[in-house]
Amino acid sequence: MYSEKVKQKVAKSSLYGFLITVSLASLFPFYWMFVMATNSNETINQTPPALIPGSELVTNFQNVLGSIPFFRTMLNSLIVSTSITLGVVLLCSLAGFAFAKIPFPGRGILFVLILGTMMIPPQLGLIPTYFIITELGWLSDLKAVIVPGLMHAFGIFWMRQYIASAVPDEIMEAARIDGCSNFRMYWNIIIPTILPAFATLGIIVFMQIWGDYLWPLVVLKDQSMHTIQVALRSLMDDRVKDYGMILSGTFWATVPLIIIFLLFNRMFIKSITDGAVKS
Amino acid sequence: MSQPQPKHEHYYDDKQVEPGIPNQKESPKRRQLSQKKRNMISGYLFISPFYLLFAVFGLFPILFSFYLAFFKWDGLGEMTFVGLNNFVIIFNDPLFWKSLYNTIVIGLMGTAPQLLAALLLAFALNSALVKGQSLFRLAIFLPYVTSIVAVAIVFSVIFSNQESGLVNSIIGLFGMDPITWTRSEWGTKIAIATMVFWRWVGYNTIIYLAGMQSIPKDLYEAAKMDGASLRQQIIHITIPMLKPFILFTVFTATIGALQLFAEPQIFQGRGGRPEGISVVLYLYRDAFSSNFFGTASATAIVLFVLIIIISTINMYFTNRIGGSDKVGAK
Repeated sequence: MYSEKVKQKVAKSSLYGFLITVSLASLFPFYWMFVMATNSNETINQTPPALIPGSELVTNFQNVLGSIPFFRTMLNSLIVSTSITLGVVLLCSLAGFAFAKIPFPGRGILFVLILGTMMIPPQLGLIPTYFIITELGWLSDLKAVIVPGLMHAFGIFWMRQYIASAVPDEIMEAARIDGCSNFRMYWNIIIPTILPAFATLGIIVFMQIWGDYLWPLVVLKDQSMHTIQVALRSLMDDRVKDYGMILSGTFWATVPLIIIFLLFNRMFIKSITDGAVKS
Repeated sequence: MSQPQPKHEHYYDDKQVEPGIPNQKESPKRRQLSQKKRNMISGYLFISPFYLLFAVFGLFPILFSFYLAFFKWDGLGEMTFVGLNNFVIIFNDPLFWKSLYNTIVIGLMGTAPQLLAALLLAFALNSALVKGQSLFRLAIFLPYVTSIVAVAIVFSVIFSNQESGLVNSIIGLFGMDPITWTRSEWGTKIAIATMVFWRWVGYNTIIYLAGMQSIPKDLYEAAKMDGASLRQQIIHITIPMLKPFILFTVFTATIGALQLFAEPQIFQGRGGRPEGISVVLYLYRDAFSSNFFGTASATAIVLFVLIIIISTINMYFTNRIGGSDKVGAK
């Protein structure tokens, strides 16, 4: 009996030891980002390196502002991510509604085709898409990222599944008898019912677009039109690297996301798992 | 409020006067027919944005990629038909093979241990002994919130070539010489695999955890009654029940690994270097630094075929994990 208890205590403490070690390893790069962002390059280049926060927080960030249009590029990222998120959520729920609740010829095939497009890697059409954007005169225009971003096969799939299970047919019938048009049905009945799905898909899309790198790098040439990801990368261009400045930019670009995440973390984690589990 | 019924009736009567709303005086048959037609119109209309966008930014570029792969083109001048020559060029380019090798090796290093660690972490978090599960979950998931570019930058500095770099300082404590990480064959791969590991392990843990929490508790109860050990429970209940989740994570991790781009590009500088160049970086460089759009398109097609082959192989083997499914049921 006694040894059983001891055994369990050992198991418990080793479990905690493991989890605490992993959590610290997981959090350390954030702490270290902050340490670098607050130290001068001289301190950073000393051996052993700085491990506690310094006093150069403001100077380093001023250097970032001197190197890239930080706020402008954050705003660009915000504009791109927000407009794609809103657009995707609306377009996908509209299409998902059609696939779930409106009978029309070819519905099954058209839906399978959309699922099929999910298998195609985005790099396959990268080069021709770049020339289409050039032809349209959209190089260095946020439209070049926003418009193709509105095409979201997973969102349609996800919305269809959600609407099919969350909206009972009886409500639709009742609305139909009252003479509700399909679009009014979408606007007045579907949207209010599926707001949780809006939040989930919205979080997934926003995160995906905010972190997107290759495509914005290809089409947004002007420095003032960069997204924050492209701008952060250009901090690495100097031959002699000012690590304090580089990590200051990275730190301040990451902080808003961490704050948003900590505020909504339950919804956030649920969205990510739902998005994965349902597919 | 006390008599909602007539109120509603009145509301609907009102609506029917509005133009554009069908009139109930129509004969039922005609109404049904027009409803069918209207469903057709709104159905096609509602799904049309996707198909229009896909036609311009999806289907056309893909077809054009296949076309371009057979031409020599610098993006400005004449396109010259060269047959299969673009494929011959890339298959004879040692750097292409190097990029393929790097992609696969870094992919294995970054994802295989990561998925195992995620499984282990999910077990630990799911254990009845652990209190404060949500706090641990938060800490482990936080890296996922960081963008790939930010992760690549942070780890580029952690693995900096200088003697004062963090990793170099640590190995210095053990008497090892500093490593020139960005120029070292394995150093580069270790650094990039670490970036991938750190950012994704929490994401996969959360997915496995969700899977474990969906397994009914009485399954374990029954197994315990039959005298199954913890290890047997894991092998015969947890793993088979988690199969859909494992399939999902292997699938997404495989595709993600084959599309590796930002990490080597940021770690080694714009054009990359042979130690870390990935297939997508090879493609990007060919197209946007050298203006060889024909060979770059050929690379895109090879990548597409590769993704299909490798994900099929991975799915096949992952599916066989479930082979124990039937054994376990016996």
